[in-house]
Amino acid sequence: MEKQRRARERKKVLVGLAFLLPNFIGFLIFTLLPVISSLALSFFGWDLINPPQFAGFSNFAELFRNDPLFWKVMGNTALYTVMTVPGTLVMALILALLVNQKLRGRIVYRFIYFLPVVTSSVAVALVWNWMYNPDFGLVNSFLSLFGIPQVNWLTDPNTAMFAISLVSIWSGAGYNMVLYLAGLQDIPQQLYEACELDGAGAFQKFFSVTLPLLTPTTFFVLVMSLIGSFQVFDLVYMMTGGGPNNATRTIVSYIYDNAFRFFKMGYASAMAWVLFVIIFLLTLLQFRMQKRWVEYYE
Amino acid sequence: MARRNAAWKRLLAKILLYLVMTILAVCMGVPFLWMLSTSLKTPGETFVYPPVWIPHPPQWSNYADAWQKANFGHYFFNSVFITVTTVAGQLLTSSLAAFSFARLHYKGRDALFLAYLGTMMIPGQVVMIPNFILMRYFGWVNTYQALIVPAIFTAYGTFMLRQFMLSIPTELDEAATIDGCNKLQVYWNVILPLSKAALATLGVFSFIGAWNNFQWPLIVTNDPSMFTLPIGLSSFNSEHASNYSLMMAGTVICVSPILALYCAAQNYFVEGIALSGIKG
Repeated sequence: MEKQRRARERKKVLVGLAFLLPNFIGFLIFTLLPVISSLALSFFGWDLINPPQFAGFSNFAELFRNDPLFWKVMGNTALYTVMTVPGTLVMALILALLVNQKLRGRIVYRFIYFLPVVTSSVAVALVWNWMYNPDFGLVNSFLSLFGIPQVNWLTDPNTAMFAISLVSIWSGAGYNMVLYLAGLQDIPQQLYEACELDGAGAFQKFFSVTLPLLTPTTFFVLVMSLIGSFQVFDLVYMMTGGGPNNATRTIVSYIYDNAFRFFKMGYASAMAWVLFVIIFLLTLLQFRMQKRWVEYYE
Repeated sequence: MARRNAAWKRLLAKILLYLVMTILAVCMGVPFLWMLSTSLKTPGETFVYPPVWIPHPPQWSNYADAWQKANFGHYFFNSVFITVTTVAGQLLTSSLAAFSFARLHYKGRDALFLAYLGTMMIPGQVVMIPNFILMRYFGWVNTYQALIVPAIFTAYGTFMLRQFMLSIPTELDEAATIDGCNKLQVYWNVILPLSKAALATLGVFSFIGAWNNFQWPLIVTNDPSMFTLPIGLSSFNSEHASNYSLMMAGTVICVSPILALYCAAQNYFVEGIALSGIKG
Protein backbone atom coordinates (compact mmCIF):
# COMPACT_ATOMS: atom_id res chain seq x y z
CA MET A 1 0.00 0.00 0.00
CA GLU A 2 2.65 2.47 1.17
CA LYS A 3 4.91 1.39 -1.69
CA GLN A 4 2.17 1.97 -4.24
CA ARG A 5 1.42 5.39 -2.84
CA ARG A 6 5.07 6.34 -3.05
CA ALA A 7 5.36 5.08 -6.60
CA ARG A 8 2.31 7.16 -7.55
CA GLU A 9 3.81 10.17 -5.84
CA ARG A 10 7.10 9.71 -7.67
CA LYS A 11 5.32 9.39 -10.98
CA LYS A 12 3.48 12.64 -10.30
CA VAL A 13 6.74 14.44 -9.64
CA LEU A 14 8.26 13.00 -12.79
CA VAL A 15 5.32 14.06 -14.96
CA GLY A 16 5.31 17.52 -13.43
CA LEU A 17 9.03 17.96 -13.97
CA ALA A 18 8.80 16.63 -17.51
CA PHE A 19 6.46 19.48 -18.43
CA LEU A 20 8.64 21.94 -16.61
CA LEU A 21 11.92 20.68 -17.99
CA PRO A 22 12.21 22.48 -21.36
CA ASN A 23 11.66 25.83 -19.66
CA PHE A 24 13.55 24.96 -16.53
CA ILE A 25 16.78 24.01 -18.30
CA GLY A 26 16.81 27.39 -20.01
CA PHE A 27 15.83 29.14 -16.80
CA LEU A 28 18.68 27.41 -15.00
CA ILE A 29 21.31 28.16 -17.66
CA PHE A 30 20.30 31.67 -18.69
CA THR A 31 18.77 33.11 -15.51
CA LEU A 32 19.51 31.26 -12.28
CA LEU A 33 23.18 30.46 -12.84
CA PRO A 34 23.93 33.89 -14.35
CA VAL A 35 22.38 35.59 -11.33
CA ILE A 36 24.62 33.60 -9.03
CA SER A 37 27.72 34.00 -11.18
CA SER A 38 27.04 37.71 -11.55
CA LEU A 39 27.04 38.06 -7.78
CA ALA A 40 30.25 36.04 -7.61
CA LEU A 41 31.78 38.07 -10.45
CA SER A 42 31.18 41.28 -8.56
CA PHE A 43 33.85 40.16 -6.10
CA PHE A 44 36.41 39.59 -8.86
CA GLY A 45 38.39 41.66 -11.28
CA TRP A 46 38.26 40.24 -14.79
CA ASP A 47 39.12 41.68 -18.19
CA LEU A 48 38.14 38.49 -20.14
CA ILE A 49 41.80 37.94 -21.13
CA ASN A 50 43.71 37.29 -17.91
CA PRO A 51 42.37 34.87 -15.33
CA PRO A 52 39.86 36.42 -12.88
CA GLN A 53 41.41 37.88 -9.73
CA PHE A 54 39.59 37.73 -6.43
CA ALA A 55 39.06 41.30 -5.28
CA GLY A 56 36.93 41.04 -2.17
CA PHE A 57 34.79 44.10 -1.71
CA SER A 58 37.17 46.33 -3.63
CA ASN A 59 34.80 46.71 -6.62
CA PHE A 60 32.12 48.06 -4.33
CA ALA A 61 34.62 50.20 -2.41
CA GLU A 62 35.91 51.67 -5.65
CA LEU A 63 32.36 52.30 -6.81
CA PHE A 64 31.22 54.17 -3.73
CA ARG A 65 34.46 55.87 -2.71
CA ASN A 66 36.63 56.52 -5.74
CA ASP A 67 34.36 56.76 -8.74
CA PRO A 68 32.73 60.20 -8.93
CA LEU A 69 31.21 59.23 -12.28
CA PHE A 70 29.21 56.52 -10.52
CA TRP A 71 27.52 59.11 -8.30
CA LYS A 72 27.01 61.29 -11.34
CA VAL A 73 25.23 58.52 -13.29
CA MET A 74 23.12 57.70 -10.24
CA GLY A 75 22.07 61.33 -10.04
CA ASN A 76 21.37 61.41 -13.77
CA THR A 77 19.22 58.30 -13.55
CA ALA A 78 17.30 59.75 -10.63
CA LEU A 79 16.77 63.00 -12.52
CA TYR A 80 15.59 61.10 -15.58
CA THR A 81 13.18 59.09 -13.42
CA VAL A 82 11.80 62.16 -11.68
CA MET A 83 11.02 63.76 -15.04
CA THR A 84 9.91 60.70 -16.97
CA VAL A 85 7.75 58.69 -14.59
CA PRO A 86 5.30 61.42 -13.52
CA GLY A 87 5.23 62.79 -17.05
CA THR A 88 4.38 59.41 -18.50
CA LEU A 89 1.73 58.74 -15.87
CA VAL A 90 -0.06 62.03 -16.36
CA MET A 91 0.16 61.87 -20.15
CA ALA A 92 -1.07 58.27 -20.21
CA LEU A 93 -4.00 59.12 -17.97
CA ILE A 94 -5.01 62.09 -20.12
CA LEU A 95 -4.83 60.02 -23.29
CA ALA A 96 -6.84 57.22 -21.71
CA LEU A 97 -9.54 59.59 -20.45
CA LEU A 98 -9.88 61.10 -23.91
CA VAL A 99 -9.96 57.82 -25.80
CA ASN A 100 -12.45 56.44 -23.27
CA GLN A 101 -15.07 59.03 -24.28
CA LYS A 102 -17.77 57.58 -26.50
CA LEU A 103 -16.77 59.64 -29.49
CA ARG A 104 -16.72 58.68 -33.13
CA GLY A 105 -13.21 58.05 -34.43
CA ARG A 106 -11.70 57.26 -31.06
CA ILE A 107 -10.16 54.08 -32.48
CA VAL A 108 -8.19 56.26 -34.90
CA TYR A 109 -6.91 58.40 -32.04
CA ARG A 110 -6.05 55.34 -29.98
CA PHE A 111 -4.20 54.00 -33.01
CA ILE A 112 -2.08 57.15 -33.30
CA TYR A 113 -1.35 57.43 -29.57
CA PHE A 114 -0.13 53.85 -29.49
CA LEU A 115 2.00 54.15 -32.64
CA PRO A 116 5.29 55.01 -30.85
CA VAL A 117 4.96 51.90 -28.66
CA VAL A 118 5.52 49.48 -31.55
CA THR A 119 8.31 51.57 -33.07
CA SER A 120 11.83 50.42 -32.26
CA SER A 121 13.76 52.64 -29.89
CA VAL A 122 16.53 53.06 -32.44
CA ALA A 123 14.12 54.50 -35.00
CA VAL A 124 12.54 56.71 -32.32
CA ALA A 125 15.95 58.01 -31.33
CA LEU A 126 17.02 58.75 -34.90
CA VAL A 127 13.84 60.61 -35.76
CA TRP A 128 14.06 62.66 -32.58
CA ASN A 129 17.75 63.40 -33.10
CA TRP A 130 16.67 65.01 -36.33
CA MET A 131 13.70 66.71 -34.68
CA TYR A 132 16.08 68.21 -32.10
CA ASN A 133 18.59 69.41 -34.70
CA PRO A 134 19.39 72.95 -33.50
CA ASP A 135 19.53 74.58 -36.96
CA PHE A 136 17.01 72.75 -39.10
CA GLY A 137 15.03 70.64 -36.64
CA LEU A 138 11.30 70.85 -36.22
CA VAL A 139 11.36 71.52 -32.48
CA ASN A 140 13.36 74.73 -32.67
CA SER A 141 11.52 75.91 -35.73
CA PHE A 142 8.22 75.43 -33.88
CA LEU A 143 9.50 77.22 -30.77
CA SER A 144 10.77 80.13 -32.84
CA LEU A 145 7.12 80.86 -33.66
CA PHE A 146 6.83 81.93 -30.03
CA GLY A 147 10.06 83.88 -30.16
CA ILE A 148 12.03 81.29 -28.23
CA PRO A 149 15.68 81.43 -29.28
CA GLN A 150 17.59 78.41 -30.58
CA VAL A 151 18.15 75.61 -28.05
CA ASN A 152 20.94 73.05 -28.49
CA TRP A 153 18.78 70.29 -27.07
CA LEU A 154 21.15 67.35 -27.10
CA THR A 155 24.50 69.13 -26.86
CA ASP A 156 23.68 71.44 -23.96
CA PRO A 157 24.22 69.64 -20.62
CA ASN A 158 21.33 71.59 -19.13
CA THR A 159 18.73 70.38 -21.61
CA ALA A 160 20.02 67.00 -22.86
CA MET A 161 18.45 64.85 -20.14
CA PHE A 162 15.20 66.75 -20.36
CA ALA A 163 15.15 66.21 -24.13
CA ILE A 164 15.66 62.46 -23.75
CA SER A 165 13.04 62.29 -21.03
CA LEU A 166 10.54 64.02 -23.30
CA VAL A 167 11.11 61.40 -25.99
CA SER A 168 10.66 58.72 -23.38
CA ILE A 169 7.31 60.14 -22.35
CA TRP A 170 6.31 60.43 -26.00
CA SER A 171 7.13 56.81 -26.69
CA GLY A 172 5.87 55.30 -23.44
CA ALA A 173 2.59 57.13 -22.88
CA GLY A 174 0.61 54.98 -25.34
CA TYR A 175 1.55 51.77 -23.58
CA ASN A 176 0.38 53.01 -20.20
CA MET A 177 -2.68 54.59 -21.79
CA VAL A 178 -3.84 51.08 -22.66
CA LEU A 179 -3.38 49.95 -19.06
CA TYR A 180 -5.38 52.96 -17.85
CA LEU A 181 -8.08 52.26 -20.43
CA ALA A 182 -8.49 48.76 -19.03
CA GLY A 183 -8.72 50.28 -15.56
CA LEU A 184 -11.31 52.83 -16.68
CA GLN A 185 -13.47 50.18 -18.22
CA ASP A 186 -13.53 48.28 -14.94
CA ILE A 187 -15.13 51.17 -13.05
CA PRO A 188 -18.79 50.30 -12.45
CA GLN A 189 -21.08 52.71 -14.29
CA GLN A 190 -23.48 52.89 -11.32
CA LEU A 191 -20.96 54.87 -9.33
CA TYR A 192 -21.06 57.64 -11.88
CA GLU A 193 -24.84 57.55 -11.95
CA ALA A 194 -24.98 57.78 -8.16
CA CYS A 195 -22.65 60.73 -8.36
CA GLU A 196 -24.83 62.44 -10.94
CA LEU A 197 -27.87 62.02 -8.70
CA ASP A 198 -25.94 63.90 -6.05
CA GLY A 199 -25.52 66.68 -8.58
CA ALA A 200 -21.81 66.21 -9.10
CA GLY A 201 -20.14 67.85 -12.07
CA ALA A 202 -17.54 66.34 -14.36
CA PHE A 203 -14.63 67.45 -12.17
CA GLN A 204 -16.16 66.11 -9.00
CA LYS A 205 -16.88 62.78 -10.71
CA PHE A 206 -13.29 62.62 -11.82
CA PHE A 207 -11.84 63.34 -8.39
CA SER A 208 -14.28 61.33 -6.29
CA VAL A 209 -14.80 58.29 -8.53
CA THR A 210 -12.38 57.97 -11.43
CA LEU A 211 -9.12 58.86 -9.75
CA PRO A 212 -9.63 56.81 -6.55
CA LEU A 213 -10.85 53.78 -8.47
CA LEU A 214 -7.89 54.01 -10.81
CA THR A 215 -5.36 53.88 -7.97
CA PRO A 216 -4.70 50.13 -8.41
CA THR A 217 -3.84 50.79 -12.07
CA THR A 218 -1.76 53.80 -11.11
CA PHE A 219 0.09 51.65 -8.61
CA PHE A 220 0.84 49.00 -11.21
CA VAL A 221 1.91 51.59 -13.79
CA LEU A 222 4.06 53.39 -11.24
CA VAL A 223 5.88 50.25 -10.14
CA MET A 224 6.52 49.11 -13.69
CA SER A 225 7.62 52.48 -15.05
CA LEU A 226 9.95 53.09 -12.15
CA ILE A 227 11.65 49.76 -12.80
CA GLY A 228 11.84 50.53 -16.52
CA SER A 229 13.09 54.03 -15.96
CA PHE A 230 16.06 52.87 -13.89
CA GLN A 231 17.04 50.64 -16.81
CA VAL A 232 16.97 53.28 -19.54
CA PHE A 233 19.63 52.59 -22.14
CA ASP A 234 18.58 52.54 -25.80
CA LEU A 235 17.64 56.20 -26.09
CA VAL A 236 20.73 57.39 -24.24
CA TYR A 237 22.98 55.19 -26.34
CA MET A 238 21.46 56.37 -29.62
CA MET A 239 20.79 60.03 -28.89
CA THR A 240 23.73 61.32 -26.86
CA GLY A 241 25.99 58.36 -26.14
CA GLY A 242 25.96 59.57 -22.53
CA GLY A 243 27.23 63.05 -23.40
CA PRO A 244 27.58 66.00 -23.32
CA ASN A 245 30.15 65.79 -20.56
CA ASN A 246 28.37 62.74 -19.04
CA ALA A 247 25.21 64.76 -18.49
CA THR A 248 23.01 61.92 -19.79
CA ARG A 249 25.04 58.87 -18.82
CA THR A 250 22.74 56.60 -16.81
CA ILE A 251 23.44 53.59 -14.61
CA VAL A 252 22.81 51.08 -17.36
CA SER A 253 24.82 52.92 -19.99
CA TYR A 254 27.66 53.09 -17.47
CA ILE A 255 27.33 49.34 -16.83
CA TYR A 256 27.42 48.78 -20.58
CA ASP A 257 30.52 50.95 -20.99
CA ASN A 258 32.37 49.21 -18.19
CA ALA A 259 31.50 45.71 -19.35
CA PHE A 260 31.67 45.99 -23.12
CA ARG A 261 34.00 48.88 -23.81
CA PHE A 262 36.45 48.79 -20.90
CA PHE A 263 35.98 45.03 -20.29
CA LYS A 264 35.79 45.45 -16.52
CA MET A 265 33.42 42.54 -16.03
CA GLY A 266 33.66 42.40 -12.25
CA TYR A 267 33.22 46.11 -11.79
CA ALA A 268 30.23 46.19 -14.14
CA SER A 269 28.66 43.23 -12.33
CA ALA A 270 29.06 45.00 -9.00
CA MET A 271 27.27 47.99 -10.49
CA ALA A 272 24.50 45.79 -11.87
CA TRP A 273 23.96 44.45 -8.35
CA VAL A 274 23.78 47.92 -6.91
CA LEU A 275 21.13 48.68 -9.54
CA PHE A 276 19.25 45.53 -8.56
CA VAL A 277 19.30 46.49 -4.88
CA ILE A 278 18.03 50.00 -5.69
CA ILE A 279 15.20 48.67 -7.83
CA PHE A 280 14.35 46.07 -5.20
CA LEU A 281 14.24 48.63 -2.38
CA LEU A 282 12.18 51.09 -4.40
CA THR A 283 9.69 48.40 -5.35
CA LEU A 284 9.50 47.22 -1.75
CA LEU A 285 8.96 50.78 -0.59
CA GLN A 286 6.11 51.22 -3.04
CA PHE A 287 4.43 48.04 -1.87
CA ARG A 288 4.77 49.26 1.72
CA MET A 289 3.31 52.64 0.84
CA GLN A 290 0.48 51.26 -1.22
CA LYS A 291 -1.86 50.88 1.78
CA ARG A 292 -1.75 54.63 2.24
CA TRP A 293 -3.15 55.57 -1.13
CA VAL A 294 -4.27 52.60 -3.21
CA GLU A 295 -7.98 51.90 -2.86
CA TYR A 296 -9.10 48.43 -3.77
CA TYR A 297 -12.76 48.48 -4.70
CA GLU A 298 -14.93 45.48 -3.78
CA MET B 1 -34.55 77.09 -23.66
CA ALA B 2 -32.78 75.10 -20.93
CA ARG B 3 -32.72 72.05 -23.12
CA ARG B 4 -31.26 73.98 -26.04
CA ASN B 5 -28.66 75.38 -23.71
CA ALA B 6 -27.69 71.90 -22.58
CA ALA B 7 -27.44 70.73 -26.18
CA TRP B 8 -25.13 73.62 -26.97
CA LYS B 9 -23.02 72.81 -23.96
CA ARG B 10 -22.70 69.20 -25.05
CA LEU B 11 -21.71 70.23 -28.56
CA LEU B 12 -19.15 72.65 -27.22
CA ALA B 13 -17.70 69.98 -24.94
CA LYS B 14 -17.51 67.61 -27.90
CA ILE B 15 -15.69 70.15 -30.05
CA LEU B 16 -13.30 70.85 -27.20
CA LEU B 17 -12.62 67.14 -26.73
CA TYR B 18 -11.91 66.65 -30.43
CA LEU B 19 -9.64 69.68 -30.37
CA VAL B 20 -7.57 68.36 -27.47
CA MET B 21 -7.48 64.86 -28.95
CA THR B 22 -6.33 66.22 -32.28
CA ILE B 23 -3.62 68.42 -30.79
CA LEU B 24 -2.29 65.40 -28.91
CA ALA B 25 -2.55 63.24 -32.01
CA VAL B 26 -0.48 65.82 -33.88
CA CYS B 27 2.12 65.75 -31.08
CA MET B 28 2.29 61.97 -31.27
CA GLY B 29 2.12 61.75 -35.06
CA VAL B 30 4.31 64.62 -36.23
CA PRO B 31 7.63 62.80 -35.76
CA PHE B 32 6.35 60.07 -38.09
CA LEU B 33 5.26 62.58 -40.73
CA TRP B 34 8.53 64.45 -40.33
CA MET B 35 10.40 61.17 -40.88
CA LEU B 36 8.38 60.47 -44.04
CA SER B 37 8.75 64.00 -45.35
CA THR B 38 12.51 64.09 -44.75
CA SER B 39 12.95 60.70 -46.38
CA LEU B 40 11.71 62.18 -49.67
CA LYS B 41 13.89 65.28 -49.68
CA THR B 42 17.14 66.08 -51.42
CA PRO B 43 20.01 66.58 -48.97
CA GLY B 44 19.82 70.28 -49.80
CA GLU B 45 16.13 70.47 -48.94
CA THR B 46 16.76 69.09 -45.45
CA PHE B 47 18.91 72.12 -44.70
CA VAL B 48 16.32 74.76 -45.36
CA TYR B 49 14.98 77.08 -42.71
CA PRO B 50 12.10 77.25 -41.99
CA PRO B 51 11.56 73.55 -42.80
CA VAL B 52 9.54 72.52 -45.84
CA TRP B 53 6.92 69.82 -45.35
CA ILE B 54 6.23 68.73 -48.92
CA PRO B 55 9.39 67.81 -50.81
CA HIS B 56 9.38 68.92 -54.40
CA PRO B 57 9.77 66.70 -56.29
CA PRO B 58 9.74 63.71 -53.89
CA GLN B 59 13.04 61.85 -54.04
CA TRP B 60 11.92 58.23 -54.16
CA SER B 61 15.46 57.34 -55.08
CA ASN B 62 16.48 57.87 -51.43
CA TYR B 63 14.83 54.54 -50.68
CA ALA B 64 16.71 52.73 -53.44
CA ASP B 65 19.87 54.41 -52.18
CA ALA B 66 19.36 53.40 -48.57
CA TRP B 67 18.44 49.88 -49.66
CA GLN B 68 21.70 49.65 -51.61
CA LYS B 69 23.96 51.14 -48.97
CA ALA B 70 22.85 48.83 -46.19
CA ASN B 71 21.71 45.27 -46.41
CA PHE B 72 18.21 45.97 -45.06
CA GLY B 73 16.78 42.94 -46.86
CA HIS B 74 19.10 40.69 -44.92
CA TYR B 75 18.50 42.53 -41.63
CA PHE B 76 14.79 42.11 -42.24
CA PHE B 77 15.22 38.37 -42.80
CA ASN B 78 17.27 38.11 -39.59
CA SER B 79 14.68 40.04 -37.61
CA VAL B 80 11.81 37.92 -38.92
CA PHE B 81 13.65 34.65 -38.36
CA ILE B 82 14.79 35.56 -34.85
CA THR B 83 11.45 37.01 -33.81
CA VAL B 84 9.35 34.11 -35.10
CA THR B 85 11.53 31.43 -33.52
CA THR B 86 11.75 33.37 -30.25
CA VAL B 87 8.00 33.85 -30.02
CA ALA B 88 7.27 30.23 -30.94
CA GLY B 89 9.85 29.00 -28.44
CA GLN B 90 8.52 31.22 -25.67
CA LEU B 91 4.93 30.13 -26.26
CA LEU B 92 5.86 26.45 -26.25
CA THR B 93 8.23 26.32 -23.28
CA SER B 94 6.32 28.70 -21.07
CA SER B 95 2.93 27.11 -21.74
CA LEU B 96 4.36 23.69 -20.86
CA ALA B 97 5.87 25.07 -17.65
CA ALA B 98 2.73 27.04 -16.84
CA PHE B 99 0.68 23.85 -17.27
CA SER B 100 2.97 22.11 -14.85
CA PHE B 101 2.68 24.93 -12.29
CA ALA B 102 -1.06 25.45 -12.66
CA ARG B 103 -2.53 22.02 -13.35
CA LEU B 104 -0.23 19.36 -11.91
CA HIS B 105 0.26 18.61 -8.24
CA TYR B 106 3.60 17.39 -7.04
CA LYS B 107 6.09 17.89 -4.27
CA GLY B 108 8.43 20.83 -4.69
CA ARG B 109 6.25 22.56 -7.25
CA ASP B 110 5.61 25.68 -5.22
CA ALA B 111 9.25 26.05 -4.24
CA LEU B 112 10.22 25.96 -7.90
CA PHE B 113 7.57 28.48 -8.77
CA LEU B 114 8.86 30.76 -6.06
CA ALA B 115 12.32 30.61 -7.63
CA TYR B 116 10.77 31.72 -10.93
CA LEU B 117 8.91 34.56 -9.27
CA GLY B 118 11.96 35.66 -7.34
CA THR B 119 14.03 36.17 -10.46
CA MET B 120 11.42 38.26 -12.22
CA MET B 121 12.45 41.39 -10.36
CA ILE B 122 16.12 41.05 -11.26
CA PRO B 123 17.01 43.58 -13.94
CA GLY B 124 18.29 42.18 -17.22
CA GLN B 125 21.62 43.91 -16.74
CA VAL B 126 22.50 41.54 -13.90
CA VAL B 127 22.31 38.44 -16.09
CA MET B 128 23.52 40.19 -19.24
CA ILE B 129 27.21 40.04 -18.39
CA PRO B 130 27.39 36.35 -17.38
CA ASN B 131 25.23 35.49 -20.39
CA PHE B 132 27.63 37.29 -22.71
CA ILE B 133 30.52 35.38 -21.13
CA LEU B 134 28.54 32.17 -21.61
CA MET B 135 27.95 32.99 -25.28
CA ARG B 136 31.68 33.52 -25.75
CA TYR B 137 32.39 30.25 -23.99
CA PHE B 138 29.92 28.41 -26.26
CA GLY B 139 31.43 30.15 -29.30
CA TRP B 140 28.00 31.62 -30.02
CA VAL B 141 28.97 35.26 -30.54
CA ASN B 142 27.64 36.32 -33.95
CA THR B 143 25.29 33.36 -34.30
CA TYR B 144 21.53 32.97 -34.46
CA GLN B 145 21.68 30.75 -31.38
CA ALA B 146 22.95 33.64 -29.28
CA LEU B 147 20.11 35.84 -30.47
CA ILE B 148 17.40 33.21 -30.03
CA VAL B 149 18.18 30.59 -27.39
CA PRO B 150 18.58 32.74 -24.24
CA ALA B 151 15.44 34.67 -25.17
CA ILE B 152 13.22 31.60 -25.42
CA PHE B 153 12.97 30.99 -21.69
CA THR B 154 10.84 33.54 -19.96
CA ALA B 155 9.87 33.53 -16.32
CA TYR B 156 7.47 36.37 -17.01
CA GLY B 157 5.62 34.45 -19.73
CA THR B 158 5.44 31.38 -17.54
CA PHE B 159 4.01 33.42 -14.69
CA MET B 160 1.43 35.12 -16.91
CA LEU B 161 0.20 31.89 -18.50
CA ARG B 162 0.10 30.15 -15.11
CA GLN B 163 -2.13 32.90 -13.71
CA PHE B 164 -4.45 32.50 -16.67
CA MET B 165 -4.52 28.70 -16.52
CA LEU B 166 -5.44 28.80 -12.84
CA SER B 167 -8.74 30.38 -13.86
CA ILE B 168 -9.75 27.40 -16.04
CA PRO B 169 -12.08 25.04 -14.09
CA THR B 170 -10.36 21.81 -12.99
CA GLU B 171 -13.44 19.74 -13.88
CA LEU B 172 -12.35 19.97 -17.50
CA ASP B 173 -9.06 18.19 -16.77
CA GLU B 174 -10.84 15.57 -14.72
CA ALA B 175 -13.42 14.91 -17.44
CA ALA B 176 -10.68 14.58 -20.03
CA THR B 177 -8.73 12.22 -17.77
CA ILE B 178 -11.81 10.03 -17.31
CA ASP B 179 -12.14 9.96 -21.08
CA GLY B 180 -8.67 8.44 -21.17
CA CYS B 181 -6.52 11.46 -21.94
CA ASN B 182 -3.01 11.49 -20.57
CA LYS B 183 -1.51 14.72 -19.24
CA LEU B 184 0.04 15.65 -22.56
CA GLN B 185 -3.36 15.30 -24.24
CA VAL B 186 -5.01 17.36 -21.52
CA TYR B 187 -2.41 20.06 -22.13
CA TRP B 188 -2.75 20.00 -25.89
CA ASN B 189 -6.48 19.37 -26.34
CA VAL B 190 -8.03 21.06 -23.32
CA ILE B 191 -5.84 23.70 -21.73
CA LEU B 192 -4.06 25.19 -24.74
CA PRO B 193 -7.24 25.88 -26.75
CA LEU B 194 -8.79 27.53 -23.68
CA SER B 195 -5.71 29.70 -23.13
CA LYS B 196 -5.79 31.27 -26.58
CA ALA B 197 -6.36 34.79 -25.25
CA ALA B 198 -3.42 34.61 -22.86
CA LEU B 199 -1.23 33.00 -25.51
CA ALA B 200 -2.09 35.82 -27.92
CA THR B 201 -1.16 38.37 -25.27
CA LEU B 202 2.16 36.73 -24.56
CA GLY B 203 2.69 36.37 -28.31
CA VAL B 204 2.18 40.08 -28.93
CA PHE B 205 4.41 40.98 -26.02
CA SER B 206 7.27 38.78 -26.98
CA PHE B 207 6.86 39.78 -30.62
CA ILE B 208 7.30 43.49 -29.89
CA GLY B 209 10.07 42.72 -27.43
CA ALA B 210 12.04 40.47 -29.77
CA TRP B 211 11.51 42.63 -32.84
CA ASN B 212 12.70 45.82 -31.18
CA ASN B 213 15.31 44.31 -28.89
CA PHE B 214 18.46 46.39 -29.02
CA GLN B 215 20.77 45.83 -26.07
CA TRP B 216 21.33 42.10 -26.35
CA PRO B 217 21.94 41.98 -30.14
CA LEU B 218 24.24 44.97 -29.70
CA ILE B 219 26.33 42.92 -27.28
CA VAL B 220 26.45 39.58 -29.08
CA THR B 221 26.79 40.67 -32.70
CA ASN B 222 29.34 42.73 -34.58
CA ASP B 223 29.20 40.91 -37.90
CA PRO B 224 26.78 42.73 -40.25
CA SER B 225 25.47 39.41 -41.57
CA MET B 226 23.94 38.81 -38.11
CA PHE B 227 22.45 42.28 -37.64
CA THR B 228 18.76 42.67 -36.90
CA LEU B 229 16.88 45.73 -38.17
CA PRO B 230 17.51 47.92 -35.07
CA ILE B 231 21.22 47.09 -35.02
CA GLY B 232 21.48 47.50 -38.78
CA LEU B 233 19.78 50.87 -38.55
CA SER B 234 22.07 51.94 -35.75
CA SER B 235 25.18 51.02 -37.76
CA PHE B 236 23.69 52.68 -40.87
CA ASN B 237 23.36 55.79 -38.74
CA SER B 238 26.99 55.74 -37.68
CA GLU B 239 28.00 55.76 -41.35
CA HIS B 240 25.56 58.29 -42.76
CA ALA B 241 24.55 60.38 -39.73
CA SER B 242 24.80 63.71 -41.51
CA ASN B 243 22.75 62.66 -44.54
CA TYR B 244 19.35 63.11 -42.95
CA SER B 245 17.19 62.28 -45.97
CA LEU B 246 19.04 59.00 -46.50
CA MET B 247 18.87 58.23 -42.76
CA MET B 248 15.15 58.83 -42.62
CA ALA B 249 14.59 56.66 -45.71
CA GLY B 250 16.46 53.88 -43.91
CA THR B 251 14.39 54.47 -40.78
CA VAL B 252 11.15 54.25 -42.75
CA ILE B 253 12.33 50.97 -44.29
CA CYS B 254 13.08 49.63 -40.81
CA VAL B 255 9.86 50.59 -39.09
CA SER B 256 7.39 49.89 -41.89
CA PRO B 257 7.10 46.10 -41.42
CA ILE B 258 6.02 46.38 -37.79
CA LEU B 259 3.85 49.43 -38.46
CA ALA B 260 2.10 47.49 -41.25
CA LEU B 261 1.54 44.60 -38.88
CA TYR B 262 0.23 46.98 -36.24
CA CYS B 263 -2.20 48.53 -38.73
CA ALA B 264 -3.48 45.08 -39.65
CA ALA B 265 -3.86 43.83 -36.08
CA GLN B 266 -4.37 46.94 -33.95
CA ASN B 267 -6.73 45.21 -31.57
CA TYR B 268 -4.39 42.32 -30.86
CA PHE B 269 -1.63 44.74 -29.93
CA VAL B 270 -3.71 47.08 -27.82
CA GLU B 271 -5.91 44.54 -26.09
CA GLY B 272 -3.04 42.15 -25.55
CA ILE B 273 -1.38 44.74 -23.37
CA ALA B 274 -4.59 45.67 -21.60
CA LEU B 275 -5.04 42.06 -20.52
CA SER B 276 -1.51 41.63 -19.23
CA GLY B 277 -1.61 44.63 -16.94
CA ILE B 278 -4.55 43.48 -14.92
CA LYS B 279 -4.09 39.75 -14.93
CA GLY B 280 -0.36 40.01 -14.25
